[in-house]
This record gives sequence, structure tokens and C-alpha cells, in this order.
Amino acid sequence: MSALPAAGPEAAPSRPVLMELKNITLRFGGVEAIKDISFDIREGEIRAIIGPNGAGKSSMLNVISGFYHPQEGEVWFRGRRRPAMKPYQVARLGIARTFQNIALFDGMSVLDNVMTGRITHMKRGIFAQGVWKGPAEREEVANREAVERIIDFLEIQRIRKTPVGRLPYGLKKRVELARALAAEPKLLLLDEPMAGMNVEEKEDMSRFILDVNDEFGTTIALIEHDMGVVMDLSDRVVVMDYGRKIGDGTPAEVRANPEVIDAYLGVAHD
Amino acid sequence: MIYREAGDFKTNYVSDGQTFPLRFDRWAYGLLLAVAFLVIPFVIDDYWANAVFVPFLIYAIAAIGLNILTGYCGQVSLGTGGFMAVGAYAAYKLMTAFPDVPFPVHVVLAGGITAAVGVLFGLPSLRIKGFYLAVATLAAQFFLVWLFNKVPWFYNYSASGQISAPTREVFGWAVTGPSATPAASYLICLIFLTVLALIARNLTRGTTGRTWMAIRDMDIAAEIIGVNPLTAKLSAFAVSSFFIGVAGALFFAVYLGAVEVGSAFGIQKSFLVLFMIIIGGLGSIFGSFAGAAFLVLLPVLLKAIGVDMLGWPTDIVAHIQLVIVGALIILFLVLEPHGLAQLWRVTKEKLRLWPFPY
Repeated sequence: MSALPAAGPEAAPSRPVLMELKNITLRFGGVEAIKDISFDIREGEIRAIIGPNGAGKSSMLNVISGFYHPQEGEVWFRGRRRPAMKPYQVARLGIARTFQNIALFDGMSVLDNVMTGRITHMKRGIFAQGVWKGPAEREEVANREAVERIIDFLEIQRIRKTPVGRLPYGLKKRVELARALAAEPKLLLLDEPMAGMNVEEKEDMSRFILDVNDEFGTTIALIEHDMGVVMDLSDRVVVMDYGRKIGDGTPAEVRANPEVIDAYLGVAHD
Repeated sequence: MIYREAGDFKTNYVSDGQTFPLRFDRWAYGLLLAVAFLVIPFVIDDYWANAVFVPFLIYAIAAIGLNILTGYCGQVSLGTGGFMAVGAYAAYKLMTAFPDVPFPVHVVLAGGITAAVGVLFGLPSLRIKGFYLAVATLAAQFFLVWLFNKVPWFYNYSASGQISAPTREVFGWAVTGPSATPAASYLICLIFLTVLALIARNLTRGTTGRTWMAIRDMDIAAEIIGVNPLTAKLSAFAVSSFFIGVAGALFFAVYLGAVEVGSAFGIQKSFLVLFMIIIGGLGSIFGSFAGAAFLVLLPVLLKAIGVDMLGWPTDIVAHIQLVIVGALIILFLVLEPHGLAQLWRVTKEKLRLWPFPY
């Protein structure tokens, strides 16, 4: 698949920093999942995190989204140091994510799933909702309009009212992306958005990711195993191995880095 | 093709999100409400009120309450009887302490007190789930019944240990006490049920309901998109307990009139309401109605057939009823976990195409 001309990698370094991770170390008992890693994510870029299985990529994403609290290091978001927060508080800062194994609400329709994604925009209390007519209904309709734009954008209009549990895998991935997008996040984290997809589905998903980045200007950090996809999509790449950072830079730079080739790309070097 | 949705188009989001999206449904439910409010009160007699309508209306409120907690938010509760007792005793204390305040206000306040108690006993749900939470709510059930038995202040130091409802009037009509007419008892329960069912529907179709269902379906994902599990679970406990408290207050004051806590609000009551929502359908307001109707009507029907028509002894019929309910619970859990509500949904889908197979 050919690279669509997104915001070019050369533009990235000049942009302001959205999130900065400083010297993050995360331990589970005696195991160090992440060892002293620092990198930044700039506004509007697509940042990929790659590495072999067990390298600590998902742990890194969990640190960013507030599931894990690192023993050492600091997380800076939009120029401010972020204290230790619960995941729902992180969501309110404007960080949304998808999961490696789809985590949708199976008993609810696609529409309700995506509407739930807008929870951070819904302010009406339980009494207003019990009455329904008036403020709660106005809020519901306003948010429904926003959600319908995302449903149109991701081309899932047909399955709007279908219970999520009945959908095939590829569509579920798309609905999960829709739910994350519904929050209108400043930073979108995608944990293996293309895992288990065929080539066509991967192309679709790549297109959606680039379009999201392009049209909404959403900053995206993603974990992906398909090297072709990573090299085509991302502006900059972080490479991890055994919890350490072994490479950081544009796809071209990373591809040329001998340590990365050694650890991950698996190309024999002489 | 009586029942159809073809041609019933929606042109804005308000009409797409309404309670009954199909015109046919709106007419049918409107007619049902009209009959319930304008016809039944004039023809109802003592037997129909006490055996069928009043218990059905009250159990429907309790079933909606439990369905909010268990069906929508996924928190299993076996404390329904205990929470109904809280509503009943709160209503009793309020009615005797402030005789001049209108009865409906007492019922709402009793619901509020039950909501507070429900939140208190809902706190363990932040730490434990499923089976273990069920056991924790079971503790609430036994503790509350024990409390109302042991502390005489709750039953105003009456010699029998029972509480009995004094006569209270609404617009000059006695709704509690021995002089209440069947029509008055029926109407006050019907008004409470109608208002509460509307509120339940509004809550479950909006943000609150979505946060509850999100917690039920996948609590980790709910948290990651910004649902605070504390407020989501505790609000479910509060709303659910409010409904159950109102049901308890009505059960005591309007239906029974006099109550001994152990026999009226024991563990059997918790299971009865739980069976109602399992048979009726978890996560469905309609299912709460269907389940309540089913389990209220079943004993009446069996008695009519077994005792009155076939002449069997009463105790045999009572035992047969237990067997049938038990068998039905197993059947529903195995064959149709979504209960009568799902059967009704399937029927409607078939009706849309009838008489054509596709």
C-alpha cells in the first residue's frame, strides 16, 4: 500500500510537544517492564511505538492512559505535569484509546456504544435525565449530531442500530475507533488497530487513521506490528525492546538504525 | 401485516429517540393507559384489586428497581426484601410522626431514605463483583430484617412488633387504612408506577443508562472512556433502591396495611423479585412488567384451575406452583436468558412480516 501524503515527517519536529514522557520506569514486582524510557509526542503527528512481543509497548500505552502508575518518571501533558490519575480522569483530559482485544459494550447498539464515547461531553445530572424533556433531550440531540458525523466518517451508518455483539471482527474494530473518536480526543491511542485484519481491512483502517489525523488534526500514538503499515503511516517511530528504547526517529532513520535491525526487523547484517 | 414499521420514517433525532418509535406502539400503549386510568377504577372490586392489580403494580415498581441495578448495571442484588422493608418502615415512621403531610410525599421520602441506605450497602460493589457482591447484599437483607425486629423504635414500641398503616387521605379519598376503597388503592399505585416507569425509561435511554450498561458490559473499557465507576455504580444503587423503597412503602401502607417484617420482607421476597426480572427479561423495562404480571398471575391462575375447577387441596396447588416456578427459572436461564421481553421482541419481528415468511 502506498503512503498517502499526510503531514510530512520533516514538519514534525517544529510542532509543539503535546505529551512528554520523562524517564519512565515501570516494575511489576521484580520485573522491569519499562526501563527509563523518555520520548515525546508532538501535536498533530502520528507516532508509532514498535517492538517485539513483550517489549513493553502495551505497558507504555497503559501508563499514558492511566492504567499503570510508573514507579519512576513523569508524564507531561500539554505543558503540565500530570499527577497520578485514574483512567476516567485521564479520559477527561482528552486522551482516548482503543484496545488490542476489542473492548466494546456487547449488549449495546453501535449507536449507544459511540454515544457512550461522548460521556465526557455530557454534563446533565440524573434529575434532568429523569425528566428528559428540556436540557437532557437537547444535550442528547446535540451529541447525537456529533456522533452521526463520526458514524458517517467511518462509514458505519448501516449498522447504527445493530447490537455490537453480532458484528464481524473488522467492523468491531471500526466501531471501537468510532467510540474513541466520539470523545474528540486531543491524543488518540491505538493498540494494534490492525491486528488480525486482512489486507483490504488494513487498507481501510490505514485510510481512516490518516483521515482522522488529517481532518480533525488528532494526534495519534499507535502500536502496530505490520512494518509496512507503520513505515507508511507514521511521522516518527519509537522502537522498544526488553523495556528499553533502542531507536527513535523518522521511519527512514529507524529503518537504518543497526540496533533496531538487529533486535526487531530481523534482517541479517554483515 | 397489522404490525408494521414500513413508512414510519423519522426526520429528526428527537423522534428517533422516543420511547415508542412505532406509531402502532404509541396507539396501543396510549389505549392501554386510557383503559388503566379511565375504565378499570370504575369496575374494580375487592378481589381483583387485592389478588391481581395492586400487587402487580407494586411488584412492577420493585422489579423495575431491581432491573436497573441487576439488568442494566450488572450488579447482582439479593437485598430487595430488606430494601423494601426500609421503605415500609420509613413510610411508617414518617406517617406516624407527621400525620399532616400528604401520603404521597411520605412515599417519595421513604424512597429517598431507602436510596441512601442502598448507596451505603452498595459501597462494597466498588471492590467486589458478581457472586461475592450477591453475598454482600444478602448480608444487607438479613441485617435489615434483624434490625427492624430488634429495635422497638422502628415499630413505635407496639406490643405485637408489627407496624400498621394509619388511615391517610389524598384529595378526600382514603388510600391507606381499613376504609380505603379498591379503586383508591389501585389508582395511587398506578400513578406511582406510571411516573416511575417513565423516569426509568428516560434514565435508561440517556447518558445515565449508557454508563450503567457500559459498566455492566465491560467495566475497564467504561472507565477508559471517562465513566467514573464510583458514581455509575452508586447511582444505580441509589435509583434502584429508591424504586424498591417506594414499592416497599406502598406494599406496606396500601396493599397489606399491617406488616411483620420477617414474613413480609424476608429473603423469599428478594428471590421473588429476582425471579420476576429473570423471567421477564434482564435489562428491559417491559420485561419488569411482564415478569411481575407473570408471577402475580400464576398463583391466581393455578388456584382458579386447581382449587376451584379441579377441587384439589390448597397445599398441593401451592406446592405445584413452587415446582412450576422453579422449572420455569431453569428453562428461561437455559433457553431464553433475556426472558419474556426477548420473546415479545421476536414475536414483534415476526409480526412485522406476517403473513409472509420473509
